[in-house]
Amino acid sequence: MKSIKNRTEGTDCCSPSPGTPNKKITVKQSSMGLFGLIVWYIIYKQLLPFSHFFSYDLLGLEKGSHLGEAIQFFVYDTPKVMMLLTLIVFVIGILRSFFTQERTRKYLAGKRETAGNVMAALLGIVTPFCSCSAVPLFLGFVQAGVPLGVTFSFLIAAPMVNEIAVILLYGLLGWKVAAIYLGTGLLIAIISGWVIGRFNLEHWIEDWVQELRSAEAVVIEETLTWSDRIDRGREAVRDIVGKVWIYVVAGIGVGAAIHGYVPETFMASIMGKDAWWSVPVAVVVGIPMYSNAAGIVPVVEALLGKGAALGTVLAFMMSVIALSLPEMVILRKVLKLKLIAVFVAVVGSGILFTGFLFNLII
Amino acid sequence: MEIKVCGPGCSSCEKTQKIVEAAIAATGVDATLTKVTDFQEIAKLGIFSTPAVIADGDVKSVGNIPKQSDVEGWLSA
Repeated sequence: MKSIKNRTEGTDCCSPSPGTPNKKITVKQSSMGLFGLIVWYIIYKQLLPFSHFFSYDLLGLEKGSHLGEAIQFFVYDTPKVMMLLTLIVFVIGILRSFFTQERTRKYLAGKRETAGNVMAALLGIVTPFCSCSAVPLFLGFVQAGVPLGVTFSFLIAAPMVNEIAVILLYGLLGWKVAAIYLGTGLLIAIISGWVIGRFNLEHWIEDWVQELRSAEAVVIEETLTWSDRIDRGREAVRDIVGKVWIYVVAGIGVGAAIHGYVPETFMASIMGKDAWWSVPVAVVVGIPMYSNAAGIVPVVEALLGKGAALGTVLAFMMSVIALSLPEMVILRKVLKLKLIAVFVAVVGSGILFTGFLFNLII
Repeated sequence: MEIKVCGPGCSSCEKTQKIVEAAIAATGVDATLTKVTDFQEIAKLGIFSTPAVIADGDVKSVGNIPKQSDVEGWLSA
């Protein structure tokens, strides 16, 4: 049973009030989940042997040949990434049913800067967010009195530090690259937000937005059972995996072609460590490009595999995801142009710094 | 009855609109459906996460896609 009630008191999101029926997870639900996970793992482990069997035995392609390598890469990576994606999107979908934008807003409204920037960046990962909800969310933060810099930490982290990006990086490039991306993405969001906060730019928010401070937000709190939360997870899988699978397959296809056919050092001259100018170029090229994380990661993998430097590739990926032209156009409705320029400059500098840093130390 | 669906027009907002349309058709309630897409107007209604559904001035859901059975309940109330 799902009931909607007006929120009257501050009930904790994670501790269901005792005596409410159906709010606890049942034995059946948890054993089904465990069983599903075991089946998932068994299939996942078979993917690599299967891809070898498929390309080298079934199709009779030669090991080490261009076509053989490309086909094996494609047959292995596509189901691998799709399986990882499905699992993570499902888990995050359930997790997100605990974190609503209302709760995040309420929580951040009472926070000071610095600690607020850190919390905002972390909440940016788990709070449900899409680029078209950016403006109402921004308005809600302003209305609730969340400091501007803290709001920006959230707005930067939400698209950039994205579970799909992290899981794809892990699946295709290993946990180190995924951890570096996660860590630097969070740092950029925290520091950029903090810096923007220091500038005191509240007067560069559009005037009509300022007037909202006196407005009152309508909040409707849902009471969700575990079945509802599991449904949310399923919906997320249907929605996100249904939407991004085509990018994943296309991305891996491009990756496979580069993997099999483009010479190892092809990218080294233009995107290698020695080409210092490649980092700023990667950032600038990335701004008008708009892709979701799912589409860009396989391309990143291919570039890295062919000698492009990690810092340059990270900078490119972050710029594509975090600095998107369509989002800026939407934000223009609530921010004056100067503030958008500051936002791009601060985040762009953060990405540049990350790019140079990793080219230097790795 | 006057139903408003608030949202800038992303996929979740369109889904919500379709669900409301389906609920109106299913219940046969005499209702007019208007879309509110302007951010300023949405904010003035006190709504800061979309999609949101308003029935006769009463905010029924905010920040999520409602179930059709719930919408039918609001319509027949």
